[in-house]
Formats: sequence, C-alpha cells, structure tokens
Amino acid sequence: MQKRSLFILSTLAFGYAFLYIPLISVVIYSFNDSNLATIWGGFSTRWYGELFRNDQILDAMFLSLRIAATAATLATVLGTMAGLLLARFGNFRGRTVFSGMITSPLVMPEVITGLSLLLLFVSLKQYFGWPDQRGFGTITIAHTTFAMAYVAVIVRSRLAAMDESLEEAAMDLGGRPFRVVFDITLPLIAPAMIAGWLLAFTLSLDDLVIASFVSGPGASTLPMYIFSKVKLGVTPDINALASIFILIVSTGLLIAWATLRKSRIR
Amino acid sequence: MAGATQHDTLWQRITIAVPYLWLLVFFLLPFAIILKISLADPIIAQPPFTPSFDQHGDLAITADNFLFLLTDKLYAVTYLKSVLLAAAATILSLALGFPIAYGIARSSPATRSLLLLLIILPFWISFLLRVYAWMGLLNNHGVINNSLLWLGLIDQPIQMMYTDFAVFIGLTYSYLPFLVLPVYATLERMDEDLVEAALDLGASRTRAFWDITWPLARPGVIAGCLLVFIPAMGEYVIPYLLGGPDALLIGRVLFDEFYVNRDWPLASAVAVMLLLLLVVPIVFLQRSQTRETGAA
Repeated sequence: MQKRSLFILSTLAFGYAFLYIPLISVVIYSFNDSNLATIWGGFSTRWYGELFRNDQILDAMFLSLRIAATAATLATVLGTMAGLLLARFGNFRGRTVFSGMITSPLVMPEVITGLSLLLLFVSLKQYFGWPDQRGFGTITIAHTTFAMAYVAVIVRSRLAAMDESLEEAAMDLGGRPFRVVFDITLPLIAPAMIAGWLLAFTLSLDDLVIASFVSGPGASTLPMYIFSKVKLGVTPDINALASIFILIVSTGLLIAWATLRKSRIR
Repeated sequence: MAGATQHDTLWQRITIAVPYLWLLVFFLLPFAIILKISLADPIIAQPPFTPSFDQHGDLAITADNFLFLLTDKLYAVTYLKSVLLAAAATILSLALGFPIAYGIARSSPATRSLLLLLIILPFWISFLLRVYAWMGLLNNHGVINNSLLWLGLIDQPIQMMYTDFAVFIGLTYSYLPFLVLPVYATLERMDEDLVEAALDLGASRTRAFWDITWPLARPGVIAGCLLVFIPAMGEYVIPYLLGGPDALLIGRVLFDEFYVNRDWPLASAVAVMLLLLLVVPIVFLQRSQTRETGAA
C-alpha cells in the first residue's frame, strides 16, 4: 500500500531542495572573506565579529525584542480572552461582528493594516494629542492587534478539541464560572497559550511592513534596519545575521521536535 | 452560564468588553478612517487631505480618487499584473505543494513529523531574510548563474534578478508552506482504503486519483490556494527587493503613493480597491474554514 511512486519521491526531493538551498547558500556565503558578497574570497568569520560591533544593529535588535515581548504578552492575554469568548460564551450579542474582526487580521494584506493604523494614529494625535510620538508604543499596539488573532485561533481550537466535562464537573460541584476558568480552563489551555505567545513573538519580530508604516523617525526595528541595507543589494554582514537566525530557529525547533518524539515514544 | 453571581457576570463582561473594544478601536475604526480619507481631496497641509465636511457643515466628499484609479491605464495594468502574478505563484505552489503534501501524508509516522517540521522551519526564520536569500541566488553573479557558467551551460549570466520571474519565484517560495499544510491536513485524514477499493474494482491509478483523492482533498486545496493568493496580492517586500522598477504590484504602488507622492487620499483609495478585490477570496476562505471546523 505504501508504494510511493518515483514521481512523488522526486517532487519531495525537489521541493525540499527548493526550500533549503537559499538558506544553505546564505550560511555558506556568510563565511566568505570577500567584501563583495557574491565572489568567494576564502573562509573567514570576520562578518560575525563586525555584526557584534555594529551599534545600529544591536539597538535595532534590542528594540525589536522589547516590542516582540510586550506585544506577544498583550496579544496572549487579549487573544485568550477572545478564544474563550468564541468557544465558551455561546451566542453573545455582536458575536458575528466579533468573529469577523478577530479572524480578518489573519488574511489582511500588511499594507492595508499598516496604512489604516497609521491613519488612525495620525487622527488620534490630531484630536486627542496622543500618541505624541510614533515608535515603541504604536508598533506594539499594531503588532498586538494582528498577533492576538493568531492566539485566539490557537486557543479556540484547543478549547474546541477539549472535553467540556471537566469544566462542567467543576461547575456541578459548585465552582463559580470565574473560579472554574482560572482553576480548570486556563491550566488546561496553557500549552496553547504558550504556543500562541511564541507565534506572536515570532510574528512581531518578523514584521517589516506594518512597523514601517506606524513607526516614526528614529525608531527602527531590526527588520527595518535590514531592509534599509538590503535594498541596495547583498551585503556580507546581513548574510552573517541571517545565518545566526537560521541557526537559532533550527536548533530550537529540532530540540522541540526531539523532546516531543521522545515523550511520545515513552 | 447558570447560577452566575454578580461577581461572575462582571468578569464575563470584562472578558467580552476588553478584546471587543480593542478590535473596535484598532481594527474597525482604522478602516472607517481609510474610507473617509479615500473620499477626500489631497491638499498641501497637515494632514494632507480635505475634511469630510466643509466650513458650512455640508458633506464634502468626492469619488475622484476612485474614478482616477478606474480610468487610469497605469492602475489597471497594476491590478491586472498583481492578480496574474499572484495567480501564477498560486498555481506553481499547488503543482509543487500537492505532491509534497501527498508524499508527507503517505510516509511513515516518524518520517512524517520530521518532514512536516522541515516545511514549517523556514516559516519561523525571518520572512525578509528568506527573500534576501534569493537575492544571493538570482544575482547576475549569484549562485545559480555561477553554477550554470561553471557547468558551461551558458556563456553569459542570465538576467533573473529584478524581473517578474524573480518576483514569481519569491512569492512561491515564501507562501509554499501555507499551501502544503492545509492540503496535508485533508490528505492525512483521508481513508486510504477508498483508493484501494477503487483499484481493486479495476480503476487505474490516475482514475482513482481524480475520482477519489482529488475531490476529498479539495477543501484543503481551496484553503491552501487562497492562503497563497491573498497575501501574494498585497505583497510589498518581494516586488521591492526582487522585482525591477516596473514590478508595480498593488502593495508597492500603495506604499509609493503614500510615502513618495504623499497623496494620502489616493493611497487610501488604492487600499480600498485592494480590499474590494480581496473580499471575494477572503469570504470564500472564511466559509471554507467554518465548514472545516464545523465538520470536525
């Protein structure tokens, strides 16, 4: 039954090569000694050293990490509330509007989200004098808004797959709904919340377009800095930066996969 | 919830109100503002557009921006090109992604989880850096051209960078995982015995595929295609980095109209048009998604 045709095997091989050759070539070229990023000039690790001496990159990275951590935390709180609402609150008033609003950011083109939020911040400033400056605060709000949609979807599907009988039993034993949520539901959906937080963190760290719209002069996130450099072409230090990203992500995911597999075999 | 005390209903109200208000202010209100500005005239002032009501309190809106977008040839070409490139990337993703998803779904459970991980892994690496990786490959002095030259297959570098071809490859590369995952999900759930039965009854492999596997995989295929097509339509980074100066996709035109020409009303109108163009596929996607979760 498992007779896999040559065709399937070769597309699998081709597909994975397509996905990984660009990444592998970036890693190889990050060790290129030449100033010209595309011509091989011998092995060297000097671009890694330059990376850590570049204050602009370090500042941008620090800002990005701060935004990502704040936005991911806010998005997890709001997204969990939204997921609970959709999965457990039945038909409250305005449910259709709410579920439309919560899922739309998932498919909204970034340019539209970015432009609309910028215009909102400009109008708010015009009428209320806030936000005074665009930067950390406005980017965090923008990232929270689209990341909470992802958290809500994850939490909601976890709740949908979860047996409601535990919550009902707690309720039958006299637990008040508020206590039941905190003592039973939240611990059970904690894995989904952690997954949601990680996804929100990654999405925030990754975003260029929305941040470019809602940021002001002076506040430059890591993707904004990278973009301003690679606009002009391939540069060796960005190769090194990309390689570090690739290394961190692959190690993290492989470790997670190995631990999951181990626990499943046991 | 039965028997809720005063305290509990307060908490429930907060759980409803907080995310609701957040989305109203930071999601719905911005759209209202875009719509409002798209109906204004550009002026040289701060902010650079006319108010919706004039000094007498009369409604002062104009459809000029939309009329301009609909009649100007450049914009028609832009919209058409965006649709065509996004559609081409969707088709290539499907041609590549379906066999991959099929191969994953039919492999042993241990290999399957590793193969899936390898599909998801690039998604966690910065999107921008993945597009950037292609700049190093497609360059005139890049890896592909150098390899072809070295092999003697060509004697001059092929211009690939800064062409529509590069944009097409970049779009496919970036959004391929979005297609593989939903297709895999439907194929994995499928009962393989159905195909076996068809084969036992004398159907050819091709026949069994088109009559059984394909119809059963269709919800995943539709969702996957839309998940590629919708973001590809509004893409900004890929045409900017990989495309030539004529790679005017909607996302890029919007950005330029706003930042280079500082024409806020026209940029807003472009956004509204892009949204209108995407409403049909988005509604389709939401419906297929609810059917999916409703059935599960």
